[in-house]
Amino acid sequence: MMNELYRPTEIMSPGQLACPGCGLALGMRQVMRAMGKRCVVVVVPSCVAVTTGPYPNYTLGVPAFHSAFEIAAPTAAGIRNALIQQGKDDIPVLAFAGDGGTFDIGLQALSGCADRNEDIIYVCMDNEAYMNTGVQVSSATPQFTWTGTSPSGNTRRKKKIMEIMAAHRMPYAATASPAFPEDLTRKIKKAKAMCGTRFLHVLAPCNTGWKIKEDMAVRVAMLSVETNVFPLYEIEDGVSYTQNYEAKGLPIEEYLKVQGRYKHLKPEQIEIMQAEVDRNLDDLKARIARNPN
Amino acid sequence: MMKFITGNTAVAEAVRLCKPGVIAAYPITPQTPIYEKLSDWEDSGQINTKMMRVESEHSAMAACLSASLTGVRTFTATSSQGLALMHEMLHFASGLRTGVVMAAVNRTLASPWAFWSDQTDTLSQRDTGWMQVYCEDNQESADMIIQAFKIAEEVMLPMMVILEANFISHFMEPVDIPSPEEVEAFLPPVSLPQRFDVDNPGYVSPTVTQKEYEKYRKHNSDAMAHALDVIERVDREFEQAFGRRYGLLETVNTEDADIVLVTTATITSTARLALQQLRKEGVKVGLCKLRIFRPFPVEVIKTALENVPRIAVLERNISQGREGIFCSELKSALINCENSPKIQGYIAGIGGTNVDPDLIKKVVRHALEATAYSDGPIWMGGDE
Repeated sequence: MMNELYRPTEIMSPGQLACPGCGLALGMRQVMRAMGKRCVVVVVPSCVAVTTGPYPNYTLGVPAFHSAFEIAAPTAAGIRNALIQQGKDDIPVLAFAGDGGTFDIGLQALSGCADRNEDIIYVCMDNEAYMNTGVQVSSATPQFTWTGTSPSGNTRRKKKIMEIMAAHRMPYAATASPAFPEDLTRKIKKAKAMCGTRFLHVLAPCNTGWKIKEDMAVRVAMLSVETNVFPLYEIEDGVSYTQNYEAKGLPIEEYLKVQGRYKHLKPEQIEIMQAEVDRNLDDLKARIARNPN
Repeated sequence: MMKFITGNTAVAEAVRLCKPGVIAAYPITPQTPIYEKLSDWEDSGQINTKMMRVESEHSAMAACLSASLTGVRTFTATSSQGLALMHEMLHFASGLRTGVVMAAVNRTLASPWAFWSDQTDTLSQRDTGWMQVYCEDNQESADMIIQAFKIAEEVMLPMMVILEANFISHFMEPVDIPSPEEVEAFLPPVSLPQRFDVDNPGYVSPTVTQKEYEKYRKHNSDAMAHALDVIERVDREFEQAFGRRYGLLETVNTEDADIVLVTTATITSTARLALQQLRKEGVKVGLCKLRIFRPFPVEVIKTALENVPRIAVLERNISQGREGIFCSELKSALINCENSPKIQGYIAGIGGTNVDPDLIKKVVRHALEATAYSDGPIWMGGDE
């Protein structure tokens, strides 16, 4: 495992348009490395599409289709069903979408695919706002967060996408972070070996929208996990929960203070955010305790 | 084999014979029986297709065009609101040069809500880059499904086969459904390019420059122009195989006509009867049935109509703020003729109201006797 990580076969090539130090581009690179060459990829408008390169550059290294914003899932399902009809069952189809394309405009189509248990891997590269259009609030944006359309801080709390996906009782749903490449790689490989709709939620720091330095994406991703803002876990069949990493449980302030998008926070707001993190972690632990087996 | 069936069943029978690899659909009145029939046959193994029972028409078109890009034959059916919801993806299906075939059952668009025949839903999709054919009856609807797969997959542009709510979709007529062997001989197995080849990876639908975008649009327009030849050839081949031919358009008694009535779809059938009666009464009236709408067969229209002094266009659709859409299109096709005919538009049957022989005769007499033609349409109903 380690050798493979340190001397991996890179699938993606240079030539993309992501901002320097982009956490999302790094996450995609890790996902593609784990997927290998024999797959088809769907991307939709988002920073993901920027990371595939401007014409005639092309960085993904596998056949891909830049589809419409709200239909990453049915696009992938259409390709996968056609491949099955052609007897090419061995070629998996993976869809990349951003948080807007997953939590917001693409939720209906994703839900439809998960309900039908379409045989696809869906990876949400969540950078917690509409970053490709220049930082506008989405339903993945955490409470109190600055964006261009929530200048005084977001009034809503972040939508719990993992619970929505689990409610579909889909075969596999997992969170993953570019700061934990071994975990991310294992999850993609595990998903690849399964059938049905498989969902990965990757929290991908955005240097531009989160207002962090170019060399900080991995550190901020690591802090999101170590503060339990973004715990690493997986859900099988919508009911069986496993936590994959026991975090240090650092105070949320450690995560917030390195990001310009939180510099306006008042102490009482940080307290509310810490309470939300604690509640979510308790809830996760309770779900793990309720595991059927 | 002759069967006494509805237009929807006729379409479903034709689709079954064409063996699409992927069908994706969503229920909407009055299209739903097509979706139900095909689902039944898929469920019982009578058709080897992957039926995607998707959660919206938007996703149906997403799945169809993606499957078509992968290289399989694909089909969907919809109406009205469903077609409007698909609009975004219709542009993708044509821009990406897919071979998707759709049965579109004309139905009123809300608001207000209604369920009857009205062509504005499909005509609103005029500029999406899809080929469109407007069918007169159940037989033509079934025949055009079979032709559409051949045309769309050769031209690599998607095609809409359009039938009217209730008058075709739910009315029963005798329909000659060919045998599987006959269709197999006429329609070759799908041979669309397979755009997702892991051994030769490419990127479908990238973000391009202004110049490249312009080039892509020109290519699509060239393909549309070329499609006319393909449509004509496939029509001839269809005649050889099945004995029925439709032409890019159809004319009846136009040679000596003082006036020609232009119709589409089911109004044509009623007009055939009304015009026979008018001929008996000594009125020199001809009929022109428009059917292939995109690509618009301008040359054939000019040949058929340029020497006609007067034309009345009677249609079941309206571009609000202008006139009936076929009327505008016809005017633009004839504008460069030496002696452009006088053209008067008439609106009737909107919302599925009845267009009977008496109404048609009234239209013809009015158009024949009017001393001046108006630039806007004349409504034959609506206010009473």
